[in-house]
Amino acid sequence: MSLDMFIQHLFNALTLGSLYGLIAIGYTMVYGILRLINFAHGDIFMLGAYFVFFGVTLTKLPWGIAVVLAVALSALCGTVIDRIAYRPLRDAPRISALISAIGVSFFIENLGLVVFTGLPKPVYRPDWLVEVINLGNIRILPLALIVPAIAFALVMGLLWIVYKTKPGLAMRSISKDIETTRLMGVSVDKIIALTFGLGSALAAASGIMWALRYPQIHPFMGVFPGFKAFIAAVLGGIGSIQGAMIGGMLLGLIEIMAVAFFPALSGYRDAFAFILLIVILLMKPTGLMGEKLEEKV
Amino acid sequence: MKTPNKNRDLTLTTAAVGLLLVFLWWANGHLDNYKIQVLNLIAINSILALSLNLIYGFTGMFSLGHAGFMAIGAYVSSLLILPPVQKEMIYILQPLIWPFSVLQAPFFIAVLAGGFAAALLGLVIAIPVLRLGGDYLGIATLGFAEIIRVVFTNLTPITNGALGLKGIPNYANIWWNYGWCLLTLFFLIRLINSNFGNVLKAIRDDEIAARAMGINTFKYRVVSFSIGAFFAGIGGALMASLITTIDPKMFSFLLTFNVLMIVVAGGLGSLTGSIIGSAVITVLLEWLRFVENPIDIGSFHLDGIPGMRMVIFSLLLILIILFRREGIMGMREFSWDSLISRFSRGGEAR
Repeated sequence: MSLDMFIQHLFNALTLGSLYGLIAIGYTMVYGILRLINFAHGDIFMLGAYFVFFGVTLTKLPWGIAVVLAVALSALCGTVIDRIAYRPLRDAPRISALISAIGVSFFIENLGLVVFTGLPKPVYRPDWLVEVINLGNIRILPLALIVPAIAFALVMGLLWIVYKTKPGLAMRSISKDIETTRLMGVSVDKIIALTFGLGSALAAASGIMWALRYPQIHPFMGVFPGFKAFIAAVLGGIGSIQGAMIGGMLLGLIEIMAVAFFPALSGYRDAFAFILLIVILLMKPTGLMGEKLEEKV
Repeated sequence: MKTPNKNRDLTLTTAAVGLLLVFLWWANGHLDNYKIQVLNLIAINSILALSLNLIYGFTGMFSLGHAGFMAIGAYVSSLLILPPVQKEMIYILQPLIWPFSVLQAPFFIAVLAGGFAAALLGLVIAIPVLRLGGDYLGIATLGFAEIIRVVFTNLTPITNGALGLKGIPNYANIWWNYGWCLLTLFFLIRLINSNFGNVLKAIRDDEIAARAMGINTFKYRVVSFSIGAFFAGIGGALMASLITTIDPKMFSFLLTFNVLMIVVAGGLGSLTGSIIGSAVITVLLEWLRFVENPIDIGSFHLDGIPGMRMVIFSLLLILIILFRREGIMGMREFSWDSLISRFSRGGEAR
C-alpha cells in the first residue's frame, strides 16, 4: 500500500473514530451514573440525522439552523426517554431498566419505520463540505478535517462542563455514590436528565455528521454504530469520557485498517468490533482508562 | 416438594396431556392451515421461551444470544434434511463443500444434531463469557450472536451465504412440534425441581452467597447455559423446518427480542408463565397483523401501516416492565393443588 493511500485511510479512520467516540460518550456517561446500557442511544443518533433531513426538506430551514434545532430536539428526546422509561425503574433490579431500554430502542426504530418509511433517504450536503481537496496525491473531503475538529471541540466543551461547573461536579458525585449525593441536597433526577440531554446532543451531532459522511439515512442506521460505540466505551473504560473518545478512535482505526490491509475480510467487518469486545472483556474488563468497579456483597 | 396427592396429580397430568393430544388431533383435521401454523408457532416459541427462562429466569444470566443458538440449530438440522438434489439447486454462488453435500439424517436425528451443535457452541461460548456478570454478559452474548450471523453470511460454501436455504422439507408438523415442546417442558420441570435446579435458583438469588456455601457456581452456570442453548437449537431446527426458508438476516437481535418478550411477559422464573406467555404473545403478534392490513369500516377506508405491529409490540414490553414487572405469573407455577383449592373455595384462596 502506498503512503498516500495509507494517509487517506488514516483520515477515514479519524472521521469514523470521532463519530464512534461522540456516541460512546453518551453510553459511558449514562453507564457511569446509572449502570444502565442505554440501548436507545443509537436511535437518538438516527433521530438527529432525520431531524436535520426534515428541517431542510419540510420546513425549508437554512441548513445551519436545522442542525442546531435537531441537536436540541434530540437532547430533549433523550431526557424524555429517561423520564418515561428509566426513571420509574431506578429502584428496580438493573436488568429491568435494561429491558425497558431495549423496548424503547425497538419502539423508536419501528416508529421510525412507520413515520419515515423504510426507504433510505438521500441527505442534503452543503457544497463546501464535499468539494474534494487535493493535497499532493491525497484527495480528501473537507469533512474529513472538519468532523474530527468538531468532535474535538465538543469533547473539550463537555469536559469543561463535567470538570469545571457545579452540575458537572454533581454528575461526578452521583457516579460515585448516588444516595450520598442526594443527601447533599443535589436534585439527582435533574442532573441525570442533564446527563441524558448532553449525551443525546453528542449522539445527534454524531448522527448528523455520519449522514454527511455516508449520505443515506434509514430508521435502522443507528443500530450498528450504537453497538459499536458501546464497545468503544467499554474499550476505553466505561465511565471515562476521554476513554470513550480514545476507544472510538481505536475502533475506527481497527475497522478501517483491517479492511484496508486485508480486503478479503471486508465481509467480516461488522464482527471485528464484537470480537474486540469479547477480547477486552476477558483480558481487561475495566478498559483502558476505566476505574475498577467493586463487587458489592 | 412432595405433594401428598402424587397419584392424583399424575392422573390429572396424564389426562391433561391426553386432552391436549385430542385437541391437536381435532385441530389438525378441522382448522385451516393458518391456524395450524399459529399453533405450531406457539409450540416452538414455548421451547424457545422455556430455554431462555432456564438461562435467565432460573439462573439469572442475562443472555441476549438466543438467536445465535437458534441459527446454529436451524442450519445444522436443515443441512441434514435437505435432499441432495435441492442442495445442488440452491447453492448457486459456490457449491456446498463435501461432508455437508452428502450427509443425510432422519428428521428426529437432524433436530437432535441441531440441538447438540448449539449446546456445543454454548459450551464454547460459556467458558469465556460467563466470567462476566449482569449486563456485560448480555452485551457479550449479543456480540456472539452477531458474530455467528456475520460468519454465516460469509461462509458461503456451507451456509449459502446471504441467499440462505430454501425448500427445507416441511417435516415439523404439529406432532413433532408439540412432542418436542412437551419433552422440553418435562425435562425442565424435572431439572428445576431437582437439587440441580435448587442450586441454579440459589445462584440467581445471590451468587456470592452461593459461592460462599461452597458451590462451584461457574460449573453450574456453564451447564445451565449449555442446556438452554441446546433447547434453543432444537427450537431453531423446528422453526427452520416449519417455515422452510432460512437466511442469516432472520436470526437478528429481533428474534432474541421476541423470545425475551415472551419470557418477561410470562414471568421470569416460571415455566408455566413461559408457556402462557408464548400462547398469548404468539396469538397477539398474529392478531396485530390487522393494523398492517387495510381496514374498511363502512365507506371509511384506512390504509394498513407497515411496521405498526412492532411499534405496538415494543410499547407493550415497555408497559409490562413499567407497570407489571413480574409478568403474568410472577415466579408462581401451576399446580393441581392450587387449581383444585381455587375451585373448592370459590376462587378466594391462592
